[in-house]
Amino acid sequence: MIKQISLFLENKEGRLARVCHVLGDNKINIRALSLADTTDFGVLRLIVNEPEKAYEVLKENKFAVSVTDVLAMEVSDSPGGLAGTLERLDEAEINVEYMYAFLGTTAEQALVIICVENPQEAIHVIRKAGIKVLEGDKVYSL
Amino acid sequence: MYWNEHFECMNREELKELQLMRLKKIVERVFFNVPFYRKKFQELGVEPADIKSLDDLRKLPFTTKQDLRDNYPFGMFTVPMSEIVRVHASSGTTGKPTVVGYTREDINTWAEVLARTLTCGGTTKNSVIQIAYGYGLFTGGLGIHYGAERVGASVIPMSAGNTKRQLMLMKDFGTNVLACTPSYALYLAETLEKMDWDRDKLKLKYGIFGAEPWSERMRQEIEKRLQISAIDIYGLSEVIGPGVASECQGKKGLHIFEDHFLPEIIDPVTGESLPFGEKGELVFTTLTKEGFPVIRYRTRDISIMTEEPCSCGRTHVRMSKVMGRTDDMMVIRGVNVFPTQVEAVLLEIGEIEPHYLLIVDRIGNLDSLEIQVELSSNMFSDKIKGLEDLERKIRSRIDSTLGISAKIKLVEPHSLPRSEGKAQRVIDRRKI
Repeated sequence: MIKQISLFLENKEGRLARVCHVLGDNKINIRALSLADTTDFGVLRLIVNEPEKAYEVLKENKFAVSVTDVLAMEVSDSPGGLAGTLERLDEAEINVEYMYAFLGTTAEQALVIICVENPQEAIHVIRKAGIKVLEGDKVYSL
Repeated sequence: MYWNEHFECMNREELKELQLMRLKKIVERVFFNVPFYRKKFQELGVEPADIKSLDDLRKLPFTTKQDLRDNYPFGMFTVPMSEIVRVHASSGTTGKPTVVGYTREDINTWAEVLARTLTCGGTTKNSVIQIAYGYGLFTGGLGIHYGAERVGASVIPMSAGNTKRQLMLMKDFGTNVLACTPSYALYLAETLEKMDWDRDKLKLKYGIFGAEPWSERMRQEIEKRLQISAIDIYGLSEVIGPGVASECQGKKGLHIFEDHFLPEIIDPVTGESLPFGEKGELVFTTLTKEGFPVIRYRTRDISIMTEEPCSCGRTHVRMSKVMGRTDDMMVIRGVNVFPTQVEAVLLEIGEIEPHYLLIVDRIGNLDSLEIQVELSSNMFSDKIKGLEDLERKIRSRIDSTLGISAKIKLVEPHSLPRSEGKAQRVIDRRKI
């Protein structure tokens, strides 16, 4: 299970830079990120090397922040690799709420972060479907 | 042109005698029928027999909106419900509306003062009048409706909204008098221009506008763009509704129908009566209402009164256009809105004290309300859908409480300006 940091950001100048500054000043390294936006606001989702610390410092800096459990799956780093993995998730009836790519990779595999309902249960189903799911400690330090 | 020359042009000495006679009666009426008034009078040590001149009015206690709220819904009525033939209500500050009741005779009085108002504005029995004020609990629509019928005009009870249809019927029915809020009049003008119609297709000549503050500049714009003569009317449901005062075609202040409503201007801080020509809060005592009379009702509206004779021949005093408020009430699209109403809705939704900011603007002649709400971490969901649901939930609660739609914008915690003491809750960008 991976601890993802989610932040609420208004769509206005300098907000994203401010988040990155706070994290940088506290020596926190961003490993993956995704930004979903609407007309007025966005939700920034981050995987960092030290999630607990990141949560604390962002909260201290008055951000609306929360922690969400997500999963990191290995996907073959070749054409059609992600498609194959997603087909298997479909067959296992796992619905992906959102997904984004991880910056680092292992040998020949790419990493993809997915958010699903009931990650605790889903993790077993996904593993059973033959997909490798990484533990947090491993991902944070990649 | 007068509706009721006898009363509208009455010699002032005679008028004062009439006012005093009516004041004595109304004071007796509330003293013996409304426990709230009796208690308040007794606390101040006054009784009906103490009213010997009009100046003795100053001995009487003020009545506030809070008093009406404390006696919700029917506690201020002087007659049993069997005598009440109509009830209206305006939005209250904490969810409960202010309720007013009318006897058959009150409806009659109301039609009389509105017939005067409409006549001031150019309406005759040959007019076709389109009423685009809201019908319902709001006093605007039905009030003017009865006045227009009294005059004998042909009434088109359109109610508010549905702009293209308004214009279509205005053309097809040959409407020559329009009654609505001034901002809606401008919106109609704008829509008309966009539709690229020949103005000659419309027979519109007069406009009777009120229920929200507007300026001389706005009048000029309405008159130019709609090619009509526009007059300002004034009223509030607590006193009777529209029909408390009206401009004549001289357009130099609004004649208060003094044989029915006794006006005062007071210092809003000390409560002292101010002389003519001084700016202060308008206070009214109803002289003829039966079901729901009010004694020295504080309107919170700021104005100046003048006793100078008017070129139109009416002898009733004139009040200037309302210049502002002594409280934080705003009028948005004709609806009274208090910031505390918004606060109450937010408190219901979140668990913590909310920080919010109301931004009122006028875009394309229509008022808009944006409510910025600070998101707290415990309200924050990682899902976009969750945030959108929250916005929707706030929007629908605001809509049902205030009766107007607002745009809800979630903002980051601690991003709204904090101030020492009284928080700034409102930014009004309207240039009225």
